[in-house]
Amino acid sequence: MFEAVAFYLFAFLTIAMFFITVTTSQALYALSALAAGMIFISAFFFILGADFLGAVQIIVYTGAVMALYAFGMMFFDTTREVKEKKGNKFIIVGLATLCAVIIVAIFAAPIVSDNMLSLYPALEGAGNTQSVGLVLFTKYLIPFEVAAIMLLVAMVAGIVLAGKKMDLSLTLLNAEEIEKMDEEINKKVLS
Amino acid sequence: MEIGLNHYLILSTILFAIGLVGVMRRKNLLLLFFATEILLNSVNIAFAAISHYYGDLTGQMFAFFVIAIAASEIAVGLGLLIVWYKRHGNIDLESMTSMRG
Repeated sequence: MFEAVAFYLFAFLTIAMFFITVTTSQALYALSALAAGMIFISAFFFILGADFLGAVQIIVYTGAVMALYAFGMMFFDTTREVKEKKGNKFIIVGLATLCAVIIVAIFAAPIVSDNMLSLYPALEGAGNTQSVGLVLFTKYLIPFEVAAIMLLVAMVAGIVLAGKKMDLSLTLLNAEEIEKMDEEINKKVLS
Repeated sequence: MEIGLNHYLILSTILFAIGLVGVMRRKNLLLLFFATEILLNSVNIAFAAISHYYGDLTGQMFAFFVIAIAASEIAVGLGLLIVWYKRHGNIDLESMTSMRG
């Protein structure tokens, strides 16, 4: 009973928030609605017993992703109204719904045919976080490490792309050029 | 009324459709990124629901990797957007048709 109430409440809230995100013409509204929708999605994870996933969802999306987006919004000056594409709305909505239904059908196909086996069943007497840790660090250790390397690469790429004068390399410059650069920097500091 | 797996899959479908509508109608690239986040999250809900109703942790594992991929996608994407904005002064999709495709 309470599960049903919680499900429908959060389903309505999530759909409303994401609808605002997609349709509004103010970037600030879209950002705040997206953040709210992310938090409401973590409620589903808590209902489903995936406590650790819910906590990760809140930390990653509202902590890291939203901070990045807020930074981007301030940088890009999107406070003005956003122009939209003019297209046939029925075609867009129809195509989107069709794609979504097909994707869910792909997901549901193994369930309908009862062809799905439980590879890593949840352990008896262990909490969600404990069993997640056990599976993650035994069966999924290599994907976990690859994901860590991917995050490192993304961090380096973000710094190089967003930083200033990252296309200069001191090891590739001559000694004269480096001295010239130093003089310019000193001039700026003195003046 | 019992909430079953179908409820969650239908919710996931609805959210995925909303995200796809956003991807197709947005012109500003920053708002297009928001729509891709919605797509990734709707799939996460489906993964977590299947994981719960089949007593299998694989779905949650995939959801974790999807979150990691989303985070790195945003970091690289925003970096590229900043480079583009410094050169061209806007981040509209229509200004990126330099290949006349």
